[in-house]
Amino acid sequence: MERNKTKEQTSKEKATPKKQESQTGQRQAEAPMEHTAQSMEVNGLNAYYGGFKAITDIGMKIAPNKVTALIGPSGCGKSTFIRTLNRMHEVARGGRVEGEVLLDGEDIYGKNVDPVQVRRKIGMVFQKPNPFPTMTIYDNVVAGLKLQKRHKKGELDDIVEGSLRQSALWDEVKNKLNDSGMSLSGGQQQRLCIARTLAVEPEVILLDEPASALDPMSTMKIEDAMLELKKRYTIVIVTHNMQQASRASDYTGFFFIEDMGEPGQLWEFAETEKIFTRPERKETEDYVTGRFG
Amino acid sequence: MLSALASRLNLLKQLRQGNFGDAVFKILAYFFGLFLLFITLFIMYQLLFQGVPAIREFGIGFLWSTEFDPVQQQFGALQFIQGTLVTAFISMLLAAPIGIGIAAFLVEIAPERVNRIVGFLVEMLAAIPSVVYGLWGIFVLAPFLRTYVEPWLIPVVGWIPGFEGPFRGYSVFTASLVLTIMILPTVAAISRNVLQAVPRDQREAMLALGSTRWEMFSKAVMPYAKGGVIGALALALGRAAGETMAVTIIIGNARRVFTSVFDQGATIASVIAGNFTDASGGVYISSLFLLGFVLFILTLSINVVARLLIRATSTGPTNPTGGF
Amino acid sequence: MAAGQLESGATASDRRRKLMDKFMTGVAYFFTFIAIAVLVWVIAYVIIRGISVWSPAFFTENTALFGDGGGIYNAMYGTFVIVLMAIAIGVPMGIMAGIYLAEFGDNRLGDFVRFIADTMAGIPSIAVGLFMYGLLILIMGWNAFAGACALAILMLPVVARTTEGIIRLVPGEIREASLALGLPQWKTMLRVVLPTAAAGIITGAFLAVARAAGETAPLIFTILGSNFFNSNPMEGAMAAVSLYVYQASSSPYQAVQEAGWGAALVLLLFVLGLNFIARAIAFTQKQN
Repeated sequence: MERNKTKEQTSKEKATPKKQESQTGQRQAEAPMEHTAQSMEVNGLNAYYGGFKAITDIGMKIAPNKVTALIGPSGCGKSTFIRTLNRMHEVARGGRVEGEVLLDGEDIYGKNVDPVQVRRKIGMVFQKPNPFPTMTIYDNVVAGLKLQKRHKKGELDDIVEGSLRQSALWDEVKNKLNDSGMSLSGGQQQRLCIARTLAVEPEVILLDEPASALDPMSTMKIEDAMLELKKRYTIVIVTHNMQQASRASDYTGFFFIEDMGEPGQLWEFAETEKIFTRPERKETEDYVTGRFG
Repeated sequence: MLSALASRLNLLKQLRQGNFGDAVFKILAYFFGLFLLFITLFIMYQLLFQGVPAIREFGIGFLWSTEFDPVQQQFGALQFIQGTLVTAFISMLLAAPIGIGIAAFLVEIAPERVNRIVGFLVEMLAAIPSVVYGLWGIFVLAPFLRTYVEPWLIPVVGWIPGFEGPFRGYSVFTASLVLTIMILPTVAAISRNVLQAVPRDQREAMLALGSTRWEMFSKAVMPYAKGGVIGALALALGRAAGETMAVTIIIGNARRVFTSVFDQGATIASVIAGNFTDASGGVYISSLFLLGFVLFILTLSINVVARLLIRATSTGPTNPTGGF
Repeated sequence: MAAGQLESGATASDRRRKLMDKFMTGVAYFFTFIAIAVLVWVIAYVIIRGISVWSPAFFTENTALFGDGGGIYNAMYGTFVIVLMAIAIGVPMGIMAGIYLAEFGDNRLGDFVRFIADTMAGIPSIAVGLFMYGLLILIMGWNAFAGACALAILMLPVVARTTEGIIRLVPGEIREASLALGLPQWKTMLRVVLPTAAAGIITGAFLAVARAAGETAPLIFTILGSNFFNSNPMEGAMAAVSLYVYQASSSPYQAVQEAGWGAALVLLLFVLGLNFIARAIAFTQKQN
């Protein structure tokens, strides 16, 4: 673990270069903007709810510092799949997974692996904004950090500002950090949830239809934030919105179920441009051109 | 006024339409619904009314007098209020962690089947009649405490004010322990409902930040459910305050202020139940009624607060018995 | 490059968090275990002590509070009669109150009645006993009917709220179909809604009855207790199983205490039996 984990935001307004402890305990004088995030790889993945098989035999390579979009009709297993990527699937009653998911070559379903560590490395933003209602905006952002080790107040302040800037929320909330998280609009709440995820410095960020409950303006803001974020993180996003996928992603996976009750499959996976312009399979073409779904 | 009510309910319209059955049906339903209100008020009135001679005799000072002398016909309530509050609070404090722990086990840990079985067993705990707990408490738990718990408990806590003196089987402490068992199902069942009402996305949000299950529970679930859990505890407190038979059997019914929980005491309910049959003389009986009125007001206010708290946080219909 | 990055225990703080998690999980298990252990302790003890007292004579002789103790024949009769009367009074009234809440209770008055019903469920049973003493006993003298009324009042809120909940679960289409056929509301309720909800209402009633059957405090003020057989519920003191258990618990006679355990077992089986039946009805209904 000799990587320099330095994703600290350097704010242009504030010229003071922020310092941050790397995992080896050294301090970096200057924090570079960019960071090579870790890649993921999925092999032969099946997921179940009790006896029901929700997705079958998924294989996929998730490139580092890219946005990978997952699209497909409802009920085809996209959300189930993204939840298997940080072991959230098993939180649901009866949730069970077969196959392997590698983070930087290490199977997150390996024998000695702790799901807590997995989720710290692979953060998740959910469909519905879910800030902690009893916490302030500030406390929401540092909620994950406070779990780990003691941070100095100044350190926390820097991280809060950095995370909120990255999620493009800072300017809107900088004067009311002690208000309740619930006082924000839906779009702001969702960006608060993104900031909360960024604050623990994951390698990968999973976004499960983050804009589905939001208005177009908020959706735009989140997309813009995503383009910035991929400089530091590997991003996987489930979306219903075809424009969003084609605009913001580098790779696209199309999920499909052949029949009701069948498990969902990864029907086609390629560069986004290829999926949207010359897909190989007919169903993909039908879907991206809006002929169904 | 009656006609105003009738028009409010569209009764006349229904009658005009020849819809006689529905009008009667509606009247009956309203009657029995409002009967709930009426009976509650009537109980309160009756207790107070029968307590009037005692009020005439002792005035408001009844509340803070510790006198209880049937021979001199002097009565007060303070030591019984003390007994009621002390036993209720001790049992609530003990039942709180255990009951919330059980609720947490059921909601966050246990798989479906274990959940159902344990839920059923906890409900059985609530089904056992108070008087059976009393019998068990006095003949089994009290001797058990004296033999196995007292020898090491007294040296540890004996120096703390309120825990001094010799341990008696019949004691405030033993009564509080039995009360703890009796209110445990209330705490567990309502806490479980409240915890279950915490949205899943709150749990997932905390887990996705890399929390352990305990951190998820303590930092996301409990803050969210706090109001409802406090409501559950308040409800249990009210139940403990009004509980009669087990306490009457176990607490020793010493009609004086006690200075140690290992001493004997009495609660409002226990003094009424324990002295009722030999109460002679108008003022004596009347004093017991007045004590009943005090107890009624006490438990009613605790319950109102509890229900308001639970209502604010719990979703779905709450079972008045707090059952599973 | 980062093999093992996902394993736990890399830092002291991780190890501490993990330990805390395990510890608190253990605490939850332990507390659950305590509750079940106490349950087993109480029930097993009552069964063992009680069954040794049971004999044909125990069920055919009247109670005695001195000397060699006695049976519980008159007490069982008393409990049976009082509970039956309480059902006859409390269940229909509770169901009607439940119908009111479900059908006409969607307004502020309904909310208030609902709130009072919930609050009333927490009123001490001893207060209801005193109330009945003041209302009926002072005029009529000791009688079982007043005891039954007290138990009925205790059953009311439980039956009412359960009934309301169950009626609200009856699908609107069923009701609308009946109303559309021109059946008036009361016939719809009686012939369509209540039969659909019957199992649930019966379950609620059984639970309420189980609770009332174990009640003792209200009986002290109404039936007083008696060592003789009294078949007339309208007049005279009467015995009841729960009341006898209370009296036996404060008896100095060893034999009477023993009889108390026998009575406690009868009471426990009766109450738990009612609970089981309620549960079984609810369960078979769910299966359908």
